[in-house]
Amino acid sequence: MDQYVIGVLVSNISGVLSRVSGMFTRRGFNIDSLTVGETESSGFSRITIAFHGDSDLKDRILQQLQKLHDVREVEVLNKNDTVIRELLLIKVRNKADVRQDIMTAVEIFRSKIVDYSTASLTIELTGETSKIDAFIELVKPYGIMEMCRTGLVAIERGENCLKTVK
Amino acid sequence: MKISGAKIVVETLIEQGCDTIFGYPGGQVINLFDELYIARDRITHILAAHEQGAAHAADGYARATGKVGVVIATSGPGATNLVTGIATAFLDSVPMVAITGNVPCSLIGRDSFQEVDIVGVTMPITKHNFIVKDINELADTLRMAFKIAKSGRPGPVLVDIPKDVQVAQCEFTANAQPVIPYPLTFAPEDKLMQAAKLINNCERPYIYFGGGVISGKASEEIMALAEKIDSPIGCSLMGLSAVPTDHPHFLGMQGMHGHYASSVAQDEADLVIALGARFSDRATGNKNRYAQNFKIIHIDIDGAELHKNIPADLAIKGDIRDAVDRLAALCERKQHPEWSEKIAELRQEEAQRTESALKAAYEKSCENCAAKCDKTGLPASERLTPYDIVDIIAAHAGDANVVTDVGQHQMWTAQRYPFKTPRTFLTSGGLGTMGYGMGAAIGAAAATGRTSVLFTGDGSFGMNLNELATAVSQNTPLVVVIMNNGVLGMVRQWQTLFFDKHYSNTTLSRQTDFVKLAEAFGAKGTRAFSKEELEKAAEEAFSCGGTYVIDCAVDCDEFVLPMLPPGGSIDDIITEIK
Repeated sequence: MDQYVIGVLVSNISGVLSRVSGMFTRRGFNIDSLTVGETESSGFSRITIAFHGDSDLKDRILQQLQKLHDVREVEVLNKNDTVIRELLLIKVRNKADVRQDIMTAVEIFRSKIVDYSTASLTIELTGETSKIDAFIELVKPYGIMEMCRTGLVAIERGENCLKTVK
Repeated sequence: MKISGAKIVVETLIEQGCDTIFGYPGGQVINLFDELYIARDRITHILAAHEQGAAHAADGYARATGKVGVVIATSGPGATNLVTGIATAFLDSVPMVAITGNVPCSLIGRDSFQEVDIVGVTMPITKHNFIVKDINELADTLRMAFKIAKSGRPGPVLVDIPKDVQVAQCEFTANAQPVIPYPLTFAPEDKLMQAAKLINNCERPYIYFGGGVISGKASEEIMALAEKIDSPIGCSLMGLSAVPTDHPHFLGMQGMHGHYASSVAQDEADLVIALGARFSDRATGNKNRYAQNFKIIHIDIDGAELHKNIPADLAIKGDIRDAVDRLAALCERKQHPEWSEKIAELRQEEAQRTESALKAAYEKSCENCAAKCDKTGLPASERLTPYDIVDIIAAHAGDANVVTDVGQHQMWTAQRYPFKTPRTFLTSGGLGTMGYGMGAAIGAAAATGRTSVLFTGDGSFGMNLNELATAVSQNTPLVVVIMNNGVLGMVRQWQTLFFDKHYSNTTLSRQTDFVKLAEAFGAKGTRAFSKEELEKAAEEAFSCGGTYVIDCAVDCDEFVLPMLPPGGSIDDIITEIK
């Protein structure tokens, strides 16, 4: 099974996220991650959906998405030619004996400490999923207090753009 | 000039060409009904007994004509009562616009009296739905609802209008014309050429078509293709009536309760040409054992249907009428003498099976029947079989709209009725909605001005028989034929075959007198135990001009045959039950 990342341009109106996620639920398609946000045009939002499956499943998902009235454009992003990023915010215990190790990890991963208290360190990290996963594994022994990650956002390299044609 | 939202709704419906709509009033649509009262000379509203009946009536109106059916209901329970009707239309691709009132915008989200999030509820069973919170968007939203409902593969659209939007005022100018659907997609030429090549090279073609042929108006094109390439034609339940039953190439419905010849012919074909059909599990049986021996060309207007249930060797997205027409032009005129001979043999075999099954039915006794279904006192040889009922009614029904509920009677009608013209068979194929028939029959009669005949069972009829009140109030020309066997026959059949005859909750120990019931509603009614009685009843029913209920006695152990068991294949076909 491959992972696919698709960009979906939708009308920026209330309920559109329900329609898209609801379609996945009722057709029995599983989502790895789904992110939604504004675009350069106030009329559209952009949803990035990652899922695992075979090529047939991918085609079925594309077809079903294209049927939704509020979906303006759908595209499978070629992973070799796409910048894919995820943001992690993670809070770990701030203990004297491990502080320096954490600092080193932060530096090597080119991440950033965004909050510091006597009890905790909050770190921000951007990167591909594998990098985020690796960082989480690395700091796990130090005691993760809480974390959240955004799921994937993705944009094609070069001048290719996801533009509405509908 | 500024007019109210309620008036905008009515004016927009008239602008969209609606002559008859269906519904039920309530607190949050009073304004709308006030405007319907004012406009009553220009648009007719038919009051149903229950919102579900109104939704099925709008569905029946749409199926009988191809126009968009419209139903109106109030907020909360009025709206939720539409749900089964909307889902029925969705699964059978019927163009419908459902309009619901809702509580004023300021009360939304507060669990107000009769408030329900009907947009949320109907999201998975509509092509699209809207809630209009700005009066300035009301007219265009309604127009868009019609556009979506009738574009491409048709379907239902819901528009929820809070009360304050109905009260608010804004400028309105009616458009001169109804909205036109989105442009159709047409099949690419190279794909059609590939299809023609497959057809030219095949030995045993078989055309399998579905409801898309009716909504896509492709009946003539299909028959022309079949004649040119010398192919038998079968169809799904939804396709029935698109091709006349007596067409020389037509084998009838295939699938779970399809015609023997049709199902077997498909299995022995080397190429299946699927047109406007979705390979439902009821049409194919076990997916993994289907299409072992034949290639598939699949043409549909909805790209999402291609490869969805059954992977096709060649899948083509496009308008079915255009595609079949162009495809036929690309195909060589062929004769397949061996294949035709095989088809003729299958037809003969089927005729013999039907004959012997009927003979067996006349010899069967109902003496030991636990359901005590036989109240006729007649020897079996004189009682009515389901096919007798269909035959006798068909002989009297002329060009009536043929409507069914869901269950055994539906399958018997589908198997046996001699259909002549498209849009004359209305049945809930996808959702299988018991109780569909009364509303649909009323809607179809209102739309066409022709008589509707409803084949139903005592189970299905019990679900929405309250719509007899509607039929009587409208003086609807409607003949209700109840195949009364005292049981929920289809489930009972499964219990007989697969559940050791545990007749759990399928024996109806009811004492309903359907003749008195009909009379209580102001309709006419009679009972028919024998062919002679049914002949007489049918004659009277179809000439009375109003609503007439015929209660026909049927043996509780009549089975719908043949049967491909659920999850089975053609090898498992059951053609007799001992």
